[in-house]
Amino acid sequence: MDFKNSDPVTGPRTEDHLPHTAEAGVKIVIVGGFGVGKTTMVGSVSEIRPLTTEETMTQAGIGVDDNYGSDSKTATTVAMDFGRISITDQLVLYLFGTPGQERFWFLWNGLFEGALGAVVLLDTRRLEVSFDVIGRLEERGVPFVVAVNTFPDAPRYPVEELRSALDLPREIPIVECDVRRRASSRDVLMTLLRFLHSLARAKAPA
Amino acid sequence: MTPPRRRRRYPKENPPPPPQPAGEDAEAQDGPPPKNPERLYIITGAAVEDGERAPIDLVTLIVASAELPPSATPEQSALLRICQAPLSVAEISAYLNLPFSVVTVLLTELLAAELVQARAPVVRQARADRSLLEAVMHGLQKL
Ligand SMILES: Nc1nc2c(ncn2[C@@H]2O[C@H](COP(=O)(O)OP(=O)(O)OP(=O)(O)O)[C@@H](O)[C@H]2O)c(=O)[nH]1
Ligand SMILES: [Mg+2]
Repeated sequence: MDFKNSDPVTGPRTEDHLPHTAEAGVKIVIVGGFGVGKTTMVGSVSEIRPLTTEETMTQAGIGVDDNYGSDSKTATTVAMDFGRISITDQLVLYLFGTPGQERFWFLWNGLFEGALGAVVLLDTRRLEVSFDVIGRLEERGVPFVVAVNTFPDAPRYPVEELRSALDLPREIPIVECDVRRRASSRDVLMTLLRFLHSLARAKAPA
Repeated sequence: MTPPRRRRRYPKENPPPPPQPAGEDAEAQDGPPPKNPERLYIITGAAVEDGERAPIDLVTLIVASAELPPSATPEQSALLRICQAPLSVAEISAYLNLPFSVVTVLLTELLAAELVQARAPVVRQARADRSLLEAVMHGLQKL
């Protein structure tokens, strides 16, 4: 680890400090293909300037000819943007926007584990780039909603046509949004929360 | 114009093939390399290869709970310094410019030495409970 004492680490700005009463964080993951607007969405609702965290994945010699001693491992760094919304003095919501190769997102231990749910952002000009991630969320049982980021020159499909193209069950919400607008991004998150709430209600009827 | 169509992989129409019988030496199976390339990747724990790690989530909030001991390493003292107010592990990773797993190792040491306190994440169970979801909705509405 090359961590030099000499370059001072800048921590959060004073105005970015959480109150001492803060006791719990929850997270939502924003997924979708290259350039669909994930980072823009994180930035538009975050109360802090979005930050980046990273994880290192190493190619291990499982099922591969691996000569001991010769270090032929390849490391891949996966970075992730995130932002923050203080919900109450105790509760903080974090939004993670996942760039890069989606197969790595699911290897990041603890990214989807414990997440409230996910938002799948779509660009209708390149719908197919999101097919893979939808399949992976289904396999993992991560609840999600679909948000269509409406770029001006993108085709507009009726929601039911999209639903059938994406082969999604009726109960999964599909909404349109403009991720550059805070209110629009907030509404997407509200849609996810209402959906999660309906799932929780179905599971444990009051 | 019609959109491209996704082919659903899950739930699968056919059940997956049964797993290989256990107990065989990996080398004994001279079969083709694994089909799934992502199986080849694991998270690296750079500093501690096989120690117990504290159950730390990206959104676990960490706060310094003691004075900086003279024996602290530069990483430890940087971490303690930025955690004077509660900070998530993700933010610590971002500010220290260290991978998440490396921060986890650092925090495991600092937790053992009782130099920091970890505030437990709420969501330990598979699904969040309704009161938590309602609190989040309430907070978002104010945004
Ligand atoms: N017109 C329009 N442009 C947008 C919208 N959302 C994002 N953009 C632009 O599209 C580009 C990509 O947006 P990003 O937020 O970086 O997308 P991303 O999903 O984070 O991209 P990667 O991390 O590279 O996968 C940027 O130049 C944005 O300004 C939108 O709603 N409308
Ligand atoms: Mg991005």
